Amino acid sequence: MGLKASDFRVPEVYADWCPGCGDFGIMNSLQMAFAELGFDPQDIVMVSGIGCSGKEAHNVKCYGVHTLHGRTLPFAMGIKVANPNLEVLAIGGDGDGLGIGAGHFVNAGRRNIDMTYIIHNNGVYGLTKGQASPTLGLGIQTKALPKPNINEAVNSIGLAIISGFTFAARSYAYDVRHLKDIIKQAIQHKGLAFIDCLQPCPTYNNITTKSWYAGEDRKDESGKPQSRLYKLEEEGFDPVVHDWNEDFDKKVGALNKAREWGDRIPTGVFYKNELEPTFGDRLKDRIPFYFERPPAKQKLKNENGFSTVDLSEFMAELRTS
Amino acid sequence: MLTDSINWMAGGPQGSGVDTAANIFGKACGYGGLYVFGRREYHSNIKGLHSYFHLRISQKELLANINDVNLLAAFDAETAVRHIDEVLPEGGVIVDSKDSNQKVLDIPTFPPEYIEELSKRLKEKNIGETLEDMLQNARDRGVRIFPVPYSDLISKIGEKLGIPQMSKITRIINVLTIGVSFGLLKFDRNLAEKAVRSTFAEKEKIAEMNVMALNHAYDYAEQNFKDGLKYRLEKTDSGEERLFLTGNQAVAMGKVLGGCRVQTYYPITPAADESEYIESHQIMKTSDEDEAVVVIQTEDEIAAVNSASGAALAGARAATSTSGPGFSLMVEGLSWAGNSEVPLVITYYQRGAPATGLPTRHGQGDLRFAMHAGHGEFPRIILASGDIKECFYDAANVFNLAEKYQMPVIHLLDKAMANCSQTYPIFDHSTFKIERGELLTEKDLEGKEYKRFRFTETGISPRVALGTKNGLHYYTGDEHNESGHISEEPLNRRLMIEKRMKKLDMVAREVPIEDKMKLYGDTNSENIVVSWGSPKGAIIESIETLKQEGFSIAFIQVRLIHPLPTEEVKKALEGKKRIIDIEENYTGQLGGIIKEQTGISPNFHILKYTGRPMTTTEVYNALKAVLTDKSSVKEVLMFGA
Repeated sequence: MGLKASDFRVPEVYADWCPGCGDFGIMNSLQMAFAELGFDPQDIVMVSGIGCSGKEAHNVKCYGVHTLHGRTLPFAMGIKVANPNLEVLAIGGDGDGLGIGAGHFVNAGRRNIDMTYIIHNNGVYGLTKGQASPTLGLGIQTKALPKPNINEAVNSIGLAIISGFTFAARSYAYDVRHLKDIIKQAIQHKGLAFIDCLQPCPTYNNITTKSWYAGEDRKDESGKPQSRLYKLEEEGFDPVVHDWNEDFDKKVGALNKAREWGDRIPTGVFYKNELEPTFGDRLKDRIPFYFERPPAKQKLKNENGFSTVDLSEFMAELRTS
Repeated sequence: MLTDSINWMAGGPQGSGVDTAANIFGKACGYGGLYVFGRREYHSNIKGLHSYFHLRISQKELLANINDVNLLAAFDAETAVRHIDEVLPEGGVIVDSKDSNQKVLDIPTFPPEYIEELSKRLKEKNIGETLEDMLQNARDRGVRIFPVPYSDLISKIGEKLGIPQMSKITRIINVLTIGVSFGLLKFDRNLAEKAVRSTFAEKEKIAEMNVMALNHAYDYAEQNFKDGLKYRLEKTDSGEERLFLTGNQAVAMGKVLGGCRVQTYYPITPAADESEYIESHQIMKTSDEDEAVVVIQTEDEIAAVNSASGAALAGARAATSTSGPGFSLMVEGLSWAGNSEVPLVITYYQRGAPATGLPTRHGQGDLRFAMHAGHGEFPRIILASGDIKECFYDAANVFNLAEKYQMPVIHLLDKAMANCSQTYPIFDHSTFKIERGELLTEKDLEGKEYKRFRFTETGISPRVALGTKNGLHYYTGDEHNESGHISEEPLNRRLMIEKRMKKLDMVAREVPIEDKMKLYGDTNSENIVVSWGSPKGAIIESIETLKQEGFSIAFIQVRLIHPLPTEEVKKALEGKKRIIDIEENYTGQLGGIIKEQTGISPNFHILKYTGRPMTTTEVYNALKAVLTDKSSVKEVLMFGA
């Protein structure tokens, strides 16, 4: 009998997010996804950055590595490369991944490492009291800002696709089941998967709030709110690249969808391509035994404790005799 | 002892094959059973600016460079101008005949400050404006000048090979200068041929062309310079198996022997050669199944240090390799690794700093930076190698230190060591022990509750690789409790800081004395030198020569910079009359640290910060001045173009 979502809770840690924070929803979705995938906590490593989202790594029962601001992806890469048998998830905020860590975001795409990266996207830096994050639009003034935002927002899905992520999706922290499904798909995807997880910040973002996403300001004639979020899968959008010939059109289609914002915000999978070799595949081309004996699983020493390495081949070209 | 070596220097514009020439020359000498010590100098430039290689060759073991040049092979006028005064009176200069009319102040690659210096020099010595005038001045003091018409030689070789475009291949000048040099020195041409073939082993046609050029030039020298030079470069039977290698290569080999299986880097001089060398040999034979190193060129040094930490947490021995500017970017990651007790290895090659500084030149200005980098207080180990043997051994050993004591280890090196080329007896790879410290496996953990940061008497908590069954735990850059979860409780905070810091006491107790410091010379002497890093060779050669002249002097080479072996250093320095600090920086950083930690201050400083390493000649002269009371308390050395 596999584990239940509740088996992935960490009872000794008090989850100290504000009441109503989307981080609870993301935590629940992660726990549900791990249980449904039949994972064992010790097979998973969750790597997080700094900010409220960084604490996610302490609140799910698995190996948790809470790292530095913006450096989630480099840590995660090191872990995955050293032991590709681990299920590695990188978790970070929008400022973490698209501001201070933007260089790593782009370069992770170039490597297509087989892991999942989830950005908590709430438009603000919550833990430092509400400054504008890289996903907040130009001219928007959330409540802690002294002036409206002077920078334009970065398009996270678009950036992921053109950087080389081979899976790009969006979900919503309050739609726990949808997010859980997207997380499962991302984990099962062979390659680097990106999830842009929309999330209200009940304390500092008074613009894109829960009721804004729900469309409570735009009720239809019957008085029913018209949600701003819609699901790509319900509109027959096919994000999958089945053949390299389709890749360009699929990318353009995904980028077109990524431009949508405001009254119609797409969620679901924008792009998926499993034809691209992963970083592990590329390493295997150079090191045929890479997956069987990855760096973390090599012997290093013999039964007497001496290094097993024979340097003769290194030294051959340098010898003077 | 400074006179029993032959010193050959090749110089020319970058991109003209100076390095290749020096490698062929050095290898040939190595094949001839000779010891070689080579120093490489180059600009931060791809093509055109001056670079040179000084090779010192002897039947005796060599530890450093000296000032003298017996034979200068100038590929261009600039080389002759810059180095002609270094050539000994009975020495020789090989020049391109076409350069003799070059007006030396018009050489376009000279910067204004050098033109000023040069014109002063010419005026003082009453020398005319052309290279020929400078060469004549050298002839007047006994130097032999060997003009070679390189373009004619190249055309003739082209005719022989049936390549009419040959004259365009000016790059072959480098092999021609070797041919002329070996011809003048009457060195065994078969060994020279062998070195050429080995250098171009993968390109048969090019090898043949170069062998022909070599022989053609050798013959040219024999026929045209019958008087030749008084020096002879004679092969010998050393009966010893040796390597001809660089410091970067020694470090690379030490690392893989020491179990490094993930190496990350961002390109930077003079560190990148090490990573590239590892990558080109990434699959290794072992006594068991093959093993392999994954080398990752990251997007920046921030990614390099943090991905190395990630790999170390997953259970691989992992390292990153960099220089000052890169290390600056790594500092936040270093602090994280200290806090999370990560066995992280950073190989740190110092170069001329601050800022971009002298990117391809030498310096030792980063010792205090390596010691103090990172916010907050956390333990680290800094081990400084002083020669190629230590580069190799220490590069392996730092992984043992990192894992045993669960802290970042900085292996502190410098450009002079990275880029020196040296003959050295082949390394013994059979006797290095891998000590992984307290690393628990799935079996050890069965049925037990595991806490990653458990409080223990020594401060060392048994470690578990991420993904190990029964060993679930957490890491955070925040202060944490024993399980690795965030904690801001005052008592926990106190205990955690104390736990981490007291591991340094264990390091101080357990590291063997030869890894802490080495004593050389007459330890009863009232005179003692303190130093660290690459000046070691020049210091040892100097004190040996001084001893032959009747001077008594000792030398402590400090290797474990942090934690400093305070008691041992103090004992060695106590009661000494002259304590002479020798360092390649402005402030005498090690001397300052010794003063802080032992209360004993050096009373003489011999310093150099021109970006060029100290030579034995300079160190010898400066030490002799101190010992004969002719020195001021601070001497600044200047030798080297």
